Parts: sequence; C-alpha cells; structure tokens
Amino acid sequence: MSDAAGVLLEVSGISVRFGALLALNKVSLAIPRGEIAAIIGPNGAGKTTLLNCISGFYQPYEGTIRFAGRDRTRLSPPDVAALGIARTFQNVALFRGMSVLDNIMTGRLLSMRGNLLLDALWWGPARRQELEHRAFVERIIDFLEIQAIRKTPAGRLPYGLQKRVELARALAAEPQLLLLDEPMAGMNVEEKEDMCRFILDVNSEFGTTIALIEHDMGVVMDISDHVIVLDYGRKIADGPPEQVHKDQAVLDAYLGVAHD
Amino acid sequence: MSNAASSLDTFPRLVRANAERWPRGVAIREKDLGIWQAYTWRDYLERGRRIALGLASLGFVRGDKVAVIGDNRPQLYWAVLGVQALGGVPVPLYQDSIEKELTYIVDHAEARFAIAEDQEQVDKLLHVRERCPRLEQIVYCDPRGLRAYSEPGLQSLAELEERGEKFAVGHASYFDDEVARGRAEDTAVICYTSGTTGPPKGAMLSYRNLVEMGRIAAEGEGLTPRDEAMAYLPMAWVGDHMLSYAQAIVAGFAINCPESGATVLADLKEIGPTYFFAPPRIWENLLTSVMIRIEDAAWPKRRLTHFFLGLAQDLERRRLAGQPLPWLPRLLSPLGRLLVTGPLRDNLGLRRIRIAYTAGEAIGPEIFVFFRALGINVKQLYGMTEASVFVAVQKDGDVRLDTVGTPLPGVEIKISEGGEVLFRSPGVFQGYFKNDEATRQTVEDGWIHSGDAGFLDAAGHLKIIDRARDLGRLADGTTFAPKYLENKLKFSPYVKEAVTLGPGRPYVTALVNIDLGAVGNWAERRGIAYTSYTDLSQKPEVYDLIQQEVLRVNESLREDAVLRGAVIRKFLILHKELDPDDEEITRTRKVRRGHVAQKYAALIDALYAERDRVAVEAQVTYEDGRTATVRADVLIRELPAR
Repeated sequence: MSDAAGVLLEVSGISVRFGALLALNKVSLAIPRGEIAAIIGPNGAGKTTLLNCISGFYQPYEGTIRFAGRDRTRLSPPDVAALGIARTFQNVALFRGMSVLDNIMTGRLLSMRGNLLLDALWWGPARRQELEHRAFVERIIDFLEIQAIRKTPAGRLPYGLQKRVELARALAAEPQLLLLDEPMAGMNVEEKEDMCRFILDVNSEFGTTIALIEHDMGVVMDISDHVIVLDYGRKIADGPPEQVHKDQAVLDAYLGVAHD
Repeated sequence: MSNAASSLDTFPRLVRANAERWPRGVAIREKDLGIWQAYTWRDYLERGRRIALGLASLGFVRGDKVAVIGDNRPQLYWAVLGVQALGGVPVPLYQDSIEKELTYIVDHAEARFAIAEDQEQVDKLLHVRERCPRLEQIVYCDPRGLRAYSEPGLQSLAELEERGEKFAVGHASYFDDEVARGRAEDTAVICYTSGTTGPPKGAMLSYRNLVEMGRIAAEGEGLTPRDEAMAYLPMAWVGDHMLSYAQAIVAGFAINCPESGATVLADLKEIGPTYFFAPPRIWENLLTSVMIRIEDAAWPKRRLTHFFLGLAQDLERRRLAGQPLPWLPRLLSPLGRLLVTGPLRDNLGLRRIRIAYTAGEAIGPEIFVFFRALGINVKQLYGMTEASVFVAVQKDGDVRLDTVGTPLPGVEIKISEGGEVLFRSPGVFQGYFKNDEATRQTVEDGWIHSGDAGFLDAAGHLKIIDRARDLGRLADGTTFAPKYLENKLKFSPYVKEAVTLGPGRPYVTALVNIDLGAVGNWAERRGIAYTSYTDLSQKPEVYDLIQQEVLRVNESLREDAVLRGAVIRKFLILHKELDPDDEEITRTRKVRRGHVAQKYAALIDALYAERDRVAVEAQVTYEDGRTATVRADVLIRELPAR
C-alpha cells in the first residue's frame, strides 16, 4: 500500500501476546487523513491494546505500524507523541490538584524549550514562550467552551467536564492523530451530545484525524466515517458504518452465536 | 452649535460624533481567549459602517427588519448600529428561545435578514427559515462548526464586512448619505416583550424615545465616559438595549461583554463596573452564591460574618425607615466594613459601583437590604419596555424600602380611579408592531396603562402593590398580594421560585421550586443522598428545610396590618423547575400564573383537599423542541397551626 494516497496511519498484521493470551492477532487497518474512525468490539476484544500499540505503550511482537509514511513500530510513547499522536484515557488521567489551565498547558510541554535559569526568572525567551503557548491553550479553552473552569482544580470537576479537559490537553499537543479511549463513557445524554459535537468540530476545524473507541453504537454510527470491529483480538469487519451495522459477523460477535 | 447638537438624535449620528470626540476612547470590551480586548468608538463606527455596506450590497432597503440573536457580543452591537445606519430596524431576540418562539417573532416582524452569534443560533434559524421564507440572509459571527454548511443565503460576518468594503469602492458617500436620512421619529428597535399572557408583542421604540429617556436618566445619575458597565443581560431585553446600547452611546461609557454566560461572576470581579443593572433574579443568585460560601466556611469565620452582616442589615433597615441609629452598632460598623462587608463587596466585583439598579420585577425587601447593607448603592427602578425603560427611580440619599422612587424629569404619573398606575413621558413607545388593538388597550391619550396597582405617597414616591390583575382576595375577603409573598419566600437561598395561590380560596398555599445548587450543597453537608432534582425535591428533610423558610415568611407577614390574614397554610415543592421552555415563566423569569395554574391544576386541587401527597406527570420541553414526560409523587405539607 502507498502512503501517498492520504493514509495517515497504517497498521499491518500486528500481534500482541500477554502470556498465553493473544490480545491482538494479525490486525491490519488503515486510517486516512482527516477521517473519524471508530474501533468497536465486545469487552476484551483488544481495542485498548490496539490503541496502546499505536501510542507506543505496547510493542507488538510482529507486524508494523507506519505513521505519516514512516515506519515507527518500535518507538517509545514520548517519541510517538513528538510525531504528532495524542490520546485520552479510558479512566480520566488528569493532575487532580492542578488547575484546568495548568493541566492543558502540560499538553504543550513537548513543544517547550526549557532553560532552568530563564524559566525561574520568567524572563526573555522563557516569558515569550510561555505567552505563546498560553495563547494557543486559550484558543482550545474557547473552542471547548471551558472558560468558566479555567482556574478550577481538575479534581473538583464533574466527570463529564474532566473528560473535556482531557480532550483539551490532548489537543494542546496539536496532534495529527488523536486517539480517544471511550470519550463518552459514563456520560449522560446531554454530555454525550456535547462531546460528539466537539469531536466533529475538532475534526472539521483543526483537520485532526481521530480514532476513537466507543461502546455507544448510536454515537459510533452518527459521527464516524469508518468503523473497525475487533473480536477476540481479530479484526472481523472494517467499513462505513451502514455496512458494518448489517454485517453478520458483527451481529454474532455482539449478540452471541448459538453453539449446538 | 444648536443645530449640530439637535442633529445628534439617532444612534448612527451619535456614534459618529463619539468617534470624532473620543477616537481612542474605549466603547466595548470583550473577554476573548482569556484577555480583555478593547474596541474604541472609532472601531464601533467602522465596523458598523462595514456591516451596513455589506447589507446594502445584499439589497437591504430602508425599513427592513433584522433579527439579531446571540449572547452579548461586540459584533452584535455593531450589527445593530449597522442596521440602524441604513434605516433598518433591529429586532433583538432571546438567545435561549426555542424554534417555535423564534418562528413566531421572525415571521411576525417580517425579518428579511438575521444576524446570529454562532452555530447553535444558525441551526435554529435555518429551521425557522423553512417556515418563514421571507427570511433571506443569515449572517453569523463565529464560524466554528459552520464551515461545512452550504445552505444558500448563509455567510459569515467577515464575508459580509468584506462585501461592504468592496461595495464602498463605488459608493463612497453611501453610508453618510444613509445616516443623514435617519430621523428621530424613525423606529429604532422593536423589542418583543415575552408577556405573562398571550403571544409576544413587538414594542416599537423610536430614536427620540431611546435617546431622550437615555439622556434624562444618564444626566440624572451623572453618567460619564469614565463609567464602566457590564453587558450581560439578554440583548432582547429592553433593559440591556437601553443601558448597553442607548445609554452607553449617549453618555459615552464603555460596556464589557463577558466571556460566556457561565463566567459573568468572575468577569464582574475583573471589571469592577461602576454602573450596574440587574433584575432581582441576578441579585438573588448573587445572594445565594454568598450564602453557600458562608455556610461552607469554618465556624469562627461563619459566626463573624453572620454577626457583622446582621449588624449591617439592621442598621440599613433603620436608615431606610428613617429611624435613629443606636450607638453601639454604629460604633462597630466600621469594623464590620473592614472585616466583612468590604471584602465581600470586593469579592463580588461590586466595590466600585456608583449606581446599581434593580428592575424588571419587584425585589424582595430582604434581598434589597442585604446588598445596601454591603454598602452598594442599589436603587429600585420602575419601568417597562413601553416606556423606554425609565418611569421612576429612587434618588441617591432618598431610598426607601417600600417605594420605587420618584418619577424621572419629563415623566408624569397619575393613578386611575381603579388604582392603576398611568404615566406619560418622552419615552412612550410608538405602539406595538402590527397590533393596533393591543396598542389601543395600553395607550390612551398618550398615557400608558401600566397594569400595576399602586399609589403616590405624600412625598411623591411611587409605591407599587402588585400587578393589578394578580392582586386578589381570599374567600373571606382578606387581601392577598401574591408577588409580595413570593419575593419574601425567594429571599431564602434555598427557594429559587415560588408561586402563591389564594384568590377566591379559603387559605393561601404555595408551590415552591428549590434552588438545586443551594439545597444540593445543604444536602451534601448533611449526608443526604439524592439522585436527581425530582428526588431531592421530595426528601422529607428538604420539606423540613423549606418549612422553616415558609414559617419565617408567615412570621414577618403577621407584622403587616393589611396582609396579616394571608399567611401560607400549605405548601408543596414542585418536582421540576419552572422553565421558560415549558412556558411556565417568561424569558425574563416572570411567573406566568395562568399557565402554571392550568398546568398544575391537579396539584393545586390537592392543596385544597385533605391529601398529603399527589401523583403527577409533567411534560418537559428540551431546547431542541423535543418533549418528555416526568412522573413523580409530590408531597404536601401543612404548616402547624399557631
């Protein structure tokens, strides 16, 4: 396959094993630039493992991952982040005692150049740099409509807002690819609708390619361009939502098959 | 000279004069991306000019109506100016209106253009346009989420302004010519009043109405270009139009647009306005936020705060009643100012206030005293849309608890034989748009029938008793003033809204809405678990809490010679919040009694029967127009006889 054809992420035949458990079994997929792709599947299907491989947290024992045309199967998470991949977590992972603003600022750390002395004095380039990054972060705060909680400690926020702050932090890294692990888990209907709109807006406004794991099928069908279905570590379907929705293998995986 | 001065009688001409006088003077600030961005009078004129020319290039003709909808944004104020420059009429709309309401007004006003803040409003307007084909062009300020829209007749404000620039090339004097054609008698704005009964009516206000009334009130209070105000109330409310648009232009002071609806309190603190306008609801919210924080404080702090607040309120009450002040509290009050009231006022962002108005509805006396006791110059303002806001206002140093002050210069007040307040002023509106019937009912020989029952006291102060229509008698003839009771109830931080019932009934009852924030916080501190608003509202502990508040109201009512018979006998806590989307209260939060009585007839019947609970089902309407049903068991609490 060629990378010139607008494919941002290409995963070819990766497998991951935890002891005797084959968590991913020769999974291949391609996510074109500018797309919203959903990864779905029953519990334990290997969705989060796949995301962890893409973000460099796990190393597959076979297969390759190419990002923006370069092979980067064996990179550490910081290197992956530097390449332009950011993520959010299934369980919110914010710095609870830090303000929302500071939490989002940490998303800019990769693009900051440190100098202990200048930073301590907040002088010259250090000051200029901080102001530039703050300006960028403010754009994200405005975008996600969280102005009112800018200075609130993250730990004091309701869950739905914490999820939004996490998204903000991921966006602060200006990623090309955004990985969202169950961005809507545990939210009420209204919060889900808000989150859907934000995801769609991020995609159209910043042109960010998005891969998300989600259980709410309504959400998946509404917002994704392309759905990838995993079951027991294998990919069982891959295509536009309408098509996947009718796929027999998918129905079997979700509803179970009678074993005679 | 006199010629030049007299020609400053429309807002486009006034803004042009301001731009010449104070080219670098700040006219509008907006907090955007975390920083207060300032726009000068020159910017105001320039942006208004570009918007006007952009509209002209789209075939705008004099008299066209333009719907304006969104939060308070500089762009929307500029758009109002731009429309007026071309002889058009802006029609500001409530930003939280549902489609049905928007459709009615856009259709009734015959709007050809709409200027909207963002995607949310554009989505609503696109639906409205399907039923109102007269609406041709929709212009939006914030392009987020709208880039992929390909509907015809939809463009961004930036695109419109660009068109304006191009149009200007061949039409160098177009703008000034159009501005010169404006006359003081032209309709400047149509404000739709939500009204507690019937469909909204569009009050037409002329430039003369707004400029003259704005000027009279501004001169009376000595407003100058150095003053600062917050533009945070809905642009569709005549109060915001008068203060943030008309008076700001006439007096040349700066208005400040908050970052979002949720940040108003924080933004208030950063700006420290000197001129502030708020309906009682905002004062109630401020009070609630203060009370919650006090209850959360450690007990020495709490005790100290309660002591000095009590002291300050007691002094203020005596001061307002004209009674002598006892020496000990007077001696202690500077200490209270230093330790409690001063810091509290600063914390609320109200330290620099010179003039604050409460208007739109009667304010509960306890709330009024509280803020005055903090040293904030809150004054009651009596007015209405049809009067270009101002009718009567309390003068500095002559503020009383039970009156709304004296008529402004140029305003005449008289009381009809039936006890209704009538007035005449330069601010009397041109009539309701396309509704001569209603106009005839409201204005007679230039006198406006306010619909309020009241009287002028010996000192010439106007005292409002209640809405003439609402004032009633119990079955045994006891006078009953619902608003008066409700305001007393709403003084409690735990009570968000209350509706009292009584006319023609044997005794008075109340429907109460709890304040989710305050009661939720109270319940958490006591370890009372709840799952939802409905669940919380029906907790026996919450009933006990509200009962204390009702008893307090009854206690103070027994001191009133006229109303002592009308104490509350039974109450219940509503299982859902009264909501403008359900047409239970207006967008300015006035209770629509008729509608509430009809909708909760089953509950009301139960209040007058020997029952202690009643099952209910209620329809709720979401902002997108969908409806759902809520079921609950509502308890009824009878107060112990005294």
